[in-house]
Amino acid sequence: MKAGLFIPCYIDQFYPQVGIDTLELLEKLGVEIESPLNQTCCGQPLANSGMEKETLKICSHFIQLFGSYDVIVSPSGSCVLHIKEHVPESLHDQVYFHVRDHIYELTEFMTDILKIDGLDGHFPHRVGLHQSCHGLRGLRNGKSSELAGKGFGKARAILSSLKDIHLVELDRRDECCGFGGTFSVFEEAVSVRMGKDRIHDHMKNGAEIITATDMSCLMHLEGLIKRNHQPIRVMHIAEILNAAIS
Amino acid sequence: MKHARAAREFLRNGPRTDWHDQALWYVRQKRDLQKDGIPDWEDLREQASAIKEHTLSNLDQYLEEFETNALRNGIRVHWALNAQEHNHMVLEILQQAGVNRLVKSKSMLTEECQMNPFLEKKGIEVIESDLGERIIQFAEQDPSHIVLPAIHMKKEEVGKLFEKKLGTKPGNHDPQYLTGAARKHLREHFLAAEVAMTGVNFALAESGGFVVCTNEGNADMGIHHASIHIASMGIEKVIPGKEHLAVFLRLLARSATGQPVTTYTSHFQRPDRDKEIHLIIVDNGRSEHLGKDKFWRALKCIRCGACLNTCPVYRRSGGHSYGYTIPGPIGSILTPRVDLKAFSDLPYASSLCGSCSDVCPVKIEIHEQLYHWRQEVNEQGELSRKKKLGIRFMGRLLARPRLYQKSGKFARKALRITPRFLVYNRLNPWGLSRDLPEPPRQSFQEWYRENRNKS
Repeated sequence: MKAGLFIPCYIDQFYPQVGIDTLELLEKLGVEIESPLNQTCCGQPLANSGMEKETLKICSHFIQLFGSYDVIVSPSGSCVLHIKEHVPESLHDQVYFHVRDHIYELTEFMTDILKIDGLDGHFPHRVGLHQSCHGLRGLRNGKSSELAGKGFGKARAILSSLKDIHLVELDRRDECCGFGGTFSVFEEAVSVRMGKDRIHDHMKNGAEIITATDMSCLMHLEGLIKRNHQPIRVMHIAEILNAAIS
Repeated sequence: MKHARAAREFLRNGPRTDWHDQALWYVRQKRDLQKDGIPDWEDLREQASAIKEHTLSNLDQYLEEFETNALRNGIRVHWALNAQEHNHMVLEILQQAGVNRLVKSKSMLTEECQMNPFLEKKGIEVIESDLGERIIQFAEQDPSHIVLPAIHMKKEEVGKLFEKKLGTKPGNHDPQYLTGAARKHLREHFLAAEVAMTGVNFALAESGGFVVCTNEGNADMGIHHASIHIASMGIEKVIPGKEHLAVFLRLLARSATGQPVTTYTSHFQRPDRDKEIHLIIVDNGRSEHLGKDKFWRALKCIRCGACLNTCPVYRRSGGHSYGYTIPGPIGSILTPRVDLKAFSDLPYASSLCGSCSDVCPVKIEIHEQLYHWRQEVNEQGELSRKKKLGIRFMGRLLARPRLYQKSGKFARKALRITPRFLVYNRLNPWGLSRDLPEPPRQSFQEWYRENRNKS
């Protein structure tokens, strides 16, 4: 199985460590993986603003880069969901369908493809798991609180297998952080307020670290935490898992 | 950007925002408790969705079947193409009866048609008999929620309003006391009612009857004494029959307020002796909406308001920020059809978190439709130039891998050495309340070239 690592643009530019941790983690888990050069983006910022048609070049570049891999893995549920659902229809060919059906968010890949139900690792911290919406309600990597039935969550299951980790319970366990891509700028006031409320929930319940499967949520929350000098920090789940097993 | 502006205004009052958010979140939690008590909740949603999709796909047949049976029952059926026709029909019924006062229970359709202001201009007094609706009628405001129209008002404010309008004791804002005062006041109107009006929750094609759900019993109170009952419904309210009604009745109140069922579920089949029922079936753009491939499923809506209660944006911006009768996520996918230009910003008033779609009892994929409306807004040239320029620039960049890498490197460096006041100013909405990430010296791709891929 040859895996391609898809590192979203904002991780590439602002959070290279998350990319490195994802790569190292998967290497340690024995995955034959490479990150094709010249990656850019999935096109989501444009498409979510109403300009899906203008993502043609970006998306065809993406499909060309990743079409030859057996599986594609990314430390972002949101970008993965975008590739699955919002690539312009004119690009829907066999190669795209292969990409669409074989692209996974990191914890989804670990759970469903590597069949890992736990890691032999150690992370003695109080951690709040922020449920990134697109992984939760889009990829269904967990059960959202709106739905009935038995609860499950892939990220939570992997995290809870770490020794000495304390996963804090939140008052609102899957409310949106308010990032929402260009929403964070178009609706700045609401976005900021939603972020502050999320941070408050984590702090109130004793988390020292907020983690998530999407760095974009964490970038937004981190921006608020830094501005307000709050005693809490963010870590992408790949950073935690790679640190825990090293 | 009207919604964004109104939301910013709403958010200025922090404690009030907290209160509004928590009041609605409480309703969402009540709803969660109810759905957890129903083992086949997800099956019910699936069924409800399928019934609505089937009915909407065969709407002409069901509407005709309904009309035939309703006429047979002695109900007078009127068809209104739009809001104006609807309002004129109501006026005509009142004028023919020689009545200048209308007691009505809650109906979002009449709000949509702006019926009250129309009738008032023609000299008709309209008395809203739903408590929340009466409150906002006294306050001369629009509803801010489709189920809880006065949810934006605090009990202290209602107390003050009732002092003026109903002569309640100054400073007394005990909800029990205020409700008692409203009850006494409304009783007088019920007893004097000659013409009463209701909405319609469900119309049954097989029987020609219709169902009205209320918690206050005000629909029945109005109708029982009045000799004329006017009921207005949108064309999408028809369902095939009783067995389908059962599915919706299990979902509606649980989704709306977290009750197992509304306190009153009133069935109207035929007029009593010497009384009349007039049923107005309204299109007002719905047929056009039904013809839209990506958007017709919005007509499945049963107006429970669950998507408002769950929406993190609605809870923090208030119903009035949407500028339309039906606010929140469902409103944002209905309004662009009404007037794309006027409401072009509403599809953007969402973080696309998808909570609305998961909470919806009839499984409308609301957040997907918001996404599609955004495409429509752009294609119709209604995406503001300011928004578009920056995004288009980003798009060009992201389509050119080498340019992207180079400008990324340049921008990160620039960000590292630029004085803070140049980075954080009015031109950078991200930075008003948030810091930007610390720009690293190396991108992931630069690191990868150095450490893994030496070619």
